[in-house]
Amino acid sequence: MNLGGGQVVNKQSMMPGSSGGSWKSSGTSGGGGDGGVPDQFPSGLRVLVVDDDSTCLMILEKMLRHCKYEVTKCNRAEVALSFLRENKNGFDVVISDVHMPDMDGFKLLEHIGLEMDLPVIMMSADDSKSVVMKGVTHGACDYLIKPVRIEALRNIWQHVVRKRKHEWKDFDPSASADEHKQSEEPDYSSSANEGHNWKNTKRRKDEDDEADERDESSSLKKLRVVWSVELHQQFVAAVNQLGIDKAVPKKILELMNVPGLTRENVASHLQKYRLYLRRLSGSQHPGGMNGGFMGGPDAGYGSISSLNGLDLQALAASGQLGQLPPQSLATLQAAALDRSNNAKSTISVPVIDQRNIFSFENPKSRYPEVQSQHLTNNNSSKQINLLHGIPTNMEPKQFVSLHQSGQHSLGSMNNLVLIQMGGQSQIHVHSQSQTQSQAQSNVNTHNGLRSNEMLPRGGVVDMAPTVYNPVVSVSQASPLVNFSMNHKTDSCGTSYPLGGSLGISSLPTASSALQGDGNLDTKIPRKGIVPSYDIFNDLNQNRDWGLPDVGLTFDQSQHTIQSGLDASNPLLLQHNRSSGRDLGGQNRNLTSDKVVLSPGFESRIHHNGSNVGQPRNVYVKTENDIDGSCHNTLYSEQYGQDDLLAAILKQQQQEGVGPEDEFVFDGYALDDLPV
Amino acid sequence: MAAVSQLQRQFIEYTTSLYNEGYLDDQFTQLQKLQDESNPEFVVEVVSLFFEDSEKLLNNLATALQQKIVDYKQVDSHVHQFKGSSSSIGAQRVTNVCVHFRNYCEEKNLDGCLRCLQQVKHEYILVRNKLETLFRLEQQIVQAGGSIPMME
Repeated sequence: MNLGGGQVVNKQSMMPGSSGGSWKSSGTSGGGGDGGVPDQFPSGLRVLVVDDDSTCLMILEKMLRHCKYEVTKCNRAEVALSFLRENKNGFDVVISDVHMPDMDGFKLLEHIGLEMDLPVIMMSADDSKSVVMKGVTHGACDYLIKPVRIEALRNIWQHVVRKRKHEWKDFDPSASADEHKQSEEPDYSSSANEGHNWKNTKRRKDEDDEADERDESSSLKKLRVVWSVELHQQFVAAVNQLGIDKAVPKKILELMNVPGLTRENVASHLQKYRLYLRRLSGSQHPGGMNGGFMGGPDAGYGSISSLNGLDLQALAASGQLGQLPPQSLATLQAAALDRSNNAKSTISVPVIDQRNIFSFENPKSRYPEVQSQHLTNNNSSKQINLLHGIPTNMEPKQFVSLHQSGQHSLGSMNNLVLIQMGGQSQIHVHSQSQTQSQAQSNVNTHNGLRSNEMLPRGGVVDMAPTVYNPVVSVSQASPLVNFSMNHKTDSCGTSYPLGGSLGISSLPTASSALQGDGNLDTKIPRKGIVPSYDIFNDLNQNRDWGLPDVGLTFDQSQHTIQSGLDASNPLLLQHNRSSGRDLGGQNRNLTSDKVVLSPGFESRIHHNGSNVGQPRNVYVKTENDIDGSCHNTLYSEQYGQDDLLAAILKQQQQEGVGPEDEFVFDGYALDDLPV
Repeated sequence: MAAVSQLQRQFIEYTTSLYNEGYLDDQFTQLQKLQDESNPEFVVEVVSLFFEDSEKLLNNLATALQQKIVDYKQVDSHVHQFKGSSSSIGAQRVTNVCVHFRNYCEEKNLDGCLRCLQQVKHEYILVRNKLETLFRLEQQIVQAGGSIPMME
């Protein structure tokens, strides 16, 4: 297989750092294509073909070679994912069969979309409308019917160009000069592994720039908006506020009020989000998670973490929409988990990971360990409660770990709780307050607390009605929603142990507030949020996506939090995002970057994307992010499944997603948080 | 050489008949077009791969349909795969039977499935023989010093 071989002169691999020069300008010869696709293009396009049928695989490979593309073939989805993960920038487009024994093609599609944001073309001998529609809803760029003809393959490069253009254009209009995805590479390559993506990306980008002479003085050359968790949360909050039906990019943009963010950025993100939600609602099956994402039990969860990030956000975002498909959640979780677990078998592992992400509580470092430990031991029972919704196994464990790891603050817990609640429906919000407090306390003791205390992580949502009850009573939906609210408050403060990150140190003791006992009443969140920022960063960084969702679902909470958090949050959040998922704490880089909001949302944001460290603009997402992230993470972690999202969404809807109302957890204003 | 041109003519006739009778379709032509100097045995390789995969699939199908409780999803998945690979090769008749086969699977019609299995096996064997004959002809032409005429 030629992975990104790029050596051929003509074939410029897109990867900037990697062999082959940049693709954009047709590289070799002449360089520079200044703008415009060089003649060489699409020659050298790096394609990854996945199909379990070796006959088809061989034929496709031959055809693609005839089109002068660089082809890598594999007959297992897991292998494909690992290729993609190992070579972040090694491929330009993926072609995958729909029916594969080890992993459903659509799941693979989702994974890729979340983790690497590459264009994926589905193919199948099945031309029934429903399957094709599924491809569309899952975000496939194209759908080819077998037998595939070479003519159909000749034009696949258009998907690559389209995606790139869309991405960098959104981000950086000035980048117009470089049509090629130059900037992308940095994103892709972001050191996802390292987590410093932000930095790396930047670095890489710079390198590339030099190499390409693309000029762009700014590293932002084609910076794509990195949808960090915070940003995503803000986005979700805005979407929820507007109502998923009425959420138009323009309004969302206005609500988000993030400098530097364009309507196009929002529009594309919204589209992805919608797909995500749709997917969630569509695939809610209980075992869903396991299948796709986690499906491969170890399939590579490692990279999944990035997904998780995304999913989380998506989840968060979808909160409104309805439900996150279990799978997505699973993926998220898997991603999260996979960091620590990797090999674990399927779901359980992912769960942990995800939890970590979400649970801001655990600072990055915590995660890896936390995950494994927590998951396995903690109150699995409690956790389960929350996870009802989530088919995967993670539930109990995850929650546990979530708590534990997080300790941070309820905030994280809350988040978890929320998510879990989704599944469970019972999650009463009121317990939120408890959870909040519990969350904090639980974090460690988590195990026991669960049911009442706080479901912080998702465990039992039962949380005593004490505090909040916000709407929760809703059986499934409500809990989620409610939590969000709570989360916000709680998590905000407490949940984020802000490990180091951005310097949110300013965050008020919110955590303390949250920790309280259950009665947090959300008020705390505000305060809590601040501290959470760190957590958030950590979380974000490591997980990469843990947070994203959190923020999203809650819109409401975000609102409240926002006030409290202010800039500090956004920064934190942002950073996390960029760091992409690495638990490793690379995220921390973000902090150093200082809260840079990496706008590049490109699906990758969640996970590695953020790492890409592109110098993306830092969008300071205030509060929202934090809150959101908190929440999201929680949710996503545990949730990992549609249920959570669905629950959350339902909640929100039911609650009337009146974000404001909810947020106001009673004083949710961050300022009020009794930290 | 007379022998060569004769062989070539034979080849053309045979190939044309295969297309006319529906054993092969345009996809097979596509495969032939893909073959070039860098990979002169491409078609033979792919087709051999197809034969191997098909035989496995057919065995799996037979096994699946012999179970006490037939898992139609599994059967359908095998058939789907068979459909995909046969269509990629251009084995049109095999593909057509697969389409019917899938319908029976959906209906969970065991009888229909068993019949289709027989049919698909039959068609597969037929096309396999035809292709093997074709390749033999090609070999003869090459051995006789001639070149294989390109169809269409």
